[in-house]
Amino acid sequence: MSAAHHDDGSKTTLGFWIYLMSDCLIFASLFATFAVLAGNVVGGPEGRELFDLSYVGWETLLLLVSSATFGFAMLAMEREDRRALRQWLVLTWLLGAGFIAMEVHEFAALIAEGAGPQRSAFLSAYFTLVGTHGLHVTAGLLWLAVMIHQLSVFGIDAMVRRRLACLSLFWHFLDLVWICVFTFVYLRGAV
Amino acid sequence: MFLGKLTLDAIPWHEPIIMGTGVAVALGGLAMVALLTHFRLRTYLWREWITSVDHKKVGVMYFILGLVMLLRGFADAIMMRAQQAMAVGANPGFLPPHHYDQIFTAHGVIMIFFVATPFILGLMNVVVPLQLGARDVAYPFVNSLGFWLSAFGAVLVMVSMWVGDFAATGWVAYPPLSEMGYSPTTGVDYYIWSLQISGLGTTLAGINFVVTILKMRAPGMDLMKMPVFCWTSLITNILIVAIFPVLTATLAMLSVDRIFDMHFFTNEGGGNAMMYINLIWVWGHPEVYVLVLPAFGVYSEVIATFSRKPLFGYSSMVYATSSIGLLSFLVWLHHFFTMGSGANVNAFFGITTSIISIPTGVKLFNWLFTMFRGRIQLHSCTLWTIGFMVTFAVGGMTGVLLAVPGADFMLHNSLFLVAHFHNVIIGGVVYGCLAGMTFWFPKVFGFTLNEFWGKLAFWFWLIGYWLAFTPLYVLGLMGMTRRMNHYEDLSWQPWLLVALVGAVFVGLGILAILVQLAVSIRDRAQNRDTTGDPWNARSLEWSTASPAPFYNFAHVPTITSLEQHWEDKETGRAWVPPAAYEDIHMPRNTGAGFIISAFAFVLGFAVIWNIWWLAALGLFGMIGTFIARSYDRDTDYWVPAAQVEQIEKARYALMQEARP
Amino acid sequence: MPILSRPSARWCLLAPVPLLSLLSGCAPWALLDPKGHIATQERDLILLSTGLMLLVVIPVIGLTLWFAWRYRETNERAVYRPKWAHSMTIELVVWTIPCAIIIALGSIIWVSTHQLDPYKPLKSAQKPFEVEVVALNWKWLFIYPELGVASVNELTIPAGRPVHFRLTAERMMNSFFIPRLGGQIYAMTGMQTQLNLIADAPGNFDGRSAAFSGEGFSDMHFKTRALGQSDFTAWAAQAAKAPKPLDLAAYNALRRPSTATPPALYAHVEPGLFDRTINTFMIGRMSAQEAKRALCLPPATMGERN
Repeated sequence: MSAAHHDDGSKTTLGFWIYLMSDCLIFASLFATFAVLAGNVVGGPEGRELFDLSYVGWETLLLLVSSATFGFAMLAMEREDRRALRQWLVLTWLLGAGFIAMEVHEFAALIAEGAGPQRSAFLSAYFTLVGTHGLHVTAGLLWLAVMIHQLSVFGIDAMVRRRLACLSLFWHFLDLVWICVFTFVYLRGAV
Repeated sequence: MFLGKLTLDAIPWHEPIIMGTGVAVALGGLAMVALLTHFRLRTYLWREWITSVDHKKVGVMYFILGLVMLLRGFADAIMMRAQQAMAVGANPGFLPPHHYDQIFTAHGVIMIFFVATPFILGLMNVVVPLQLGARDVAYPFVNSLGFWLSAFGAVLVMVSMWVGDFAATGWVAYPPLSEMGYSPTTGVDYYIWSLQISGLGTTLAGINFVVTILKMRAPGMDLMKMPVFCWTSLITNILIVAIFPVLTATLAMLSVDRIFDMHFFTNEGGGNAMMYINLIWVWGHPEVYVLVLPAFGVYSEVIATFSRKPLFGYSSMVYATSSIGLLSFLVWLHHFFTMGSGANVNAFFGITTSIISIPTGVKLFNWLFTMFRGRIQLHSCTLWTIGFMVTFAVGGMTGVLLAVPGADFMLHNSLFLVAHFHNVIIGGVVYGCLAGMTFWFPKVFGFTLNEFWGKLAFWFWLIGYWLAFTPLYVLGLMGMTRRMNHYEDLSWQPWLLVALVGAVFVGLGILAILVQLAVSIRDRAQNRDTTGDPWNARSLEWSTASPAPFYNFAHVPTITSLEQHWEDKETGRAWVPPAAYEDIHMPRNTGAGFIISAFAFVLGFAVIWNIWWLAALGLFGMIGTFIARSYDRDTDYWVPAAQVEQIEKARYALMQEARP
Repeated sequence: MPILSRPSARWCLLAPVPLLSLLSGCAPWALLDPKGHIATQERDLILLSTGLMLLVVIPVIGLTLWFAWRYRETNERAVYRPKWAHSMTIELVVWTIPCAIIIALGSIIWVSTHQLDPYKPLKSAQKPFEVEVVALNWKWLFIYPELGVASVNELTIPAGRPVHFRLTAERMMNSFFIPRLGGQIYAMTGMQTQLNLIADAPGNFDGRSAAFSGEGFSDMHFKTRALGQSDFTAWAAQAAKAPKPLDLAAYNALRRPSTATPPALYAHVEPGLFDRTINTFMIGRMSAQEAKRALCLPPATMGERN
């Protein structure tokens, strides 16, 4: 294989890691801003009045379990077990979609209570930070759907393998970000 | 609300300058299309350029983008100089504040994002793979996508001239001024979206080049055998990857403030404008090193080549570059010493800032000692470099002066500051890009640029810079602050007149470059570079043909030395045809980058005007094209060895003629 | 600290001769022709730092031009060492020189930044004269709590007595700058910054906003009149008799954006106006309890730094 061969998987993985790091900095900026603005509630509702920890706990559980199922999917891919891979991916998708559905429901409830993102700087920062994570998960769901389809079109070939490897990195990364969100936004806000 | 906020009133019918330009651009565009059709070049343009994933062609397109936008940015500059030269006392000048404020904002945005950045990315595109001995960049499609995103970002800025307006806030758009309450028109939205789209392109380019440099070096080229230009590019791209996400996040927050009435940076609702100012400079200060480091790389290559000596202190150079990259993250607060941060904080950031001058000073000394005991050919590239060393030494000094908080209290926001950053950006970045363009032009096009016009351009630019900005230093010391539409103090006017003359000189410099390009293309037969090594240079890119074939190297070289090509020439191993040729694997062209970027433009434009159905169309278009592209398995192909052999044989035959 | 309080002339000795002769000929350059103690120190700091850096910059420029000429291609007599690219000695020297300069400059930065901290009260036998500054769109409002009067777009201060400014902004961020008296400081909405200046002798000095703040920014300048004891007393008496009071109605009228507003005087300033201006925007940054608490406290305790 020549040096300039384009199917070299290590380049993709390195590039994807670098992308994840840069994405991490987007979240870092949002976290920093949230930290600065978290107290600015303008006499409006604070985190402890708004957040329902047990609800968010279930959300977290869904996402964590989806990370585990993605892990099983990758193991199935290693075994070249296309059927199992597909099933695990579909399960991951469903768990992720459940997470997004819960988040949308949570946002809708907050807005209905009059605690929308326009209410205060705290809520702007909250909605933007959590929403950005949600958008990432949504993008991940779309990507996952495409990959489930590509799996049936192309089978487990080098490219599908590489893309699923990147997607799994992405998925675990979002899990990690969520743990930070859960800790710094919900736990810190609720106590 | 089919068209959102967009109505016919958005077009500034009553502004003769804008409408005149609009008519000229429209006619020019029509003429262009007519010519292309007439010469049947449309398909050629699409096949060979727009869809190209060849890093050299992408590099050239970046340069063309930079040059076109330079004309626009310069038009803004000369209008500002003219306005300030006349608007003293009762004379209001010819630009009302609303128009003038847009002009200086657009000037800054265009010069940084759409001139300097494309120049730098263009140079890196052309040079880095060739210097690494690679046949391409890591992700050729992403490269094309990154370029087109930048280009459509630029188109969005240009559109703002005729549909709506541009931000009138200054180029970093501080809130609260940039918030909806105080800038209710679409100007700031144009600003946000053009930067978001082009910023995404720049981030992609950054990732691409980091991977290219880390993963695609020719066998044997360890990091300390890598040419300095590649080192500066590596650090620059690491900086890009680290800072552009911050810009994206910051502008996104400003955007949701404006669109969804949120309160990140507003006066009301608990927002905090200081957060924006901090974040924008966390991006903004490293950004200037993003621009200047590759220029440092260019000077390093040029000065070694034309002094006929290796670069002095290569490892010092590498450490200096890396430490500049690292330190650039610890200095952002020097942009607002006057915000009342307290003496300890100010002193800390003042000291970190002045520390950056240590590695920068070392670099200057290293160039100096590269010249020492050399045989310096005063080529136009060398002139740019010497001009840079002299000019930049002064710019660096005034920069450190501004890093002294007590001095900055006096000089901040003044024309002294304006003079300082033009000193380092023109004297550092622009001179470097122009030197780089002259230096590597033959590698891309196969013929050298005209020296007479090149030297003329240099002298115009050098004199122009000093004439235009020395008065600004003086005016800063006289207490004149920046961004003034008119002023009372009569004693300022003579200096502003001199500055206007300087700007005219810079204009002549730009003109000289355009003439240089035209004359060189006309005389291309005489200036043909048949050797592939017109400057008797030292690094790998000069070992292949000029113009470099689309696969760069028929045979991937093995590296044993920092100056591989020079060493090969010394030992007689240069230009020896390989015993046998091999099939070469290359990426196929694709229009996906162009199409995705065009949809990104639609998305940006639609959000600016709140045309939500169109925004959805743009977004789905982007995603859909990307997904469709992911189903395409036929993205590369093999160039048969026979074809490579044919190309290479022709090349060696030409070379034989040149040096029998 | 002693470094900067010595007579300024001694520091100019450090600056090379051409710079010095340049300076003597250009008295009208505001930054080099200070009229107050702070501005004088800042001028000296500029000259000192520049002089220090010129110690490297001038040789670098000189050597660049000299090497370019000496080692030009056509000069066959010059030594040519085509392989020479490394010298430990030279590398050591080129790293040491900038380091030494920066260590010197770094110490100067540390000392001078503390010494010239705009929040630091000036040493004087006299109590500082208080001025509250509000940056409005697009004009400056100066409130003199000691006298109970206010002025727009014209600042009057006693000469020879330290002046303590407290600054805020009503909408846009601006920068308060009187070049001949000293450095600038930002005026920001919902926040208070401070600045301490002094005019050494009576005189008229230009002041303006240095930070772009939109449409009317260019006209946001004001005259600063530093008056001697008797003149100042006379002015204060005259101001107290100004026809218009600065009550809430007048203030609200001032808040409306206007450009090139002519100078005006106001008698009888509504007490606490300045702090209320800050607090209007401060409430947003508080939690519900803090906001409640804040309303019970005297406003002066808020808006301090940190």
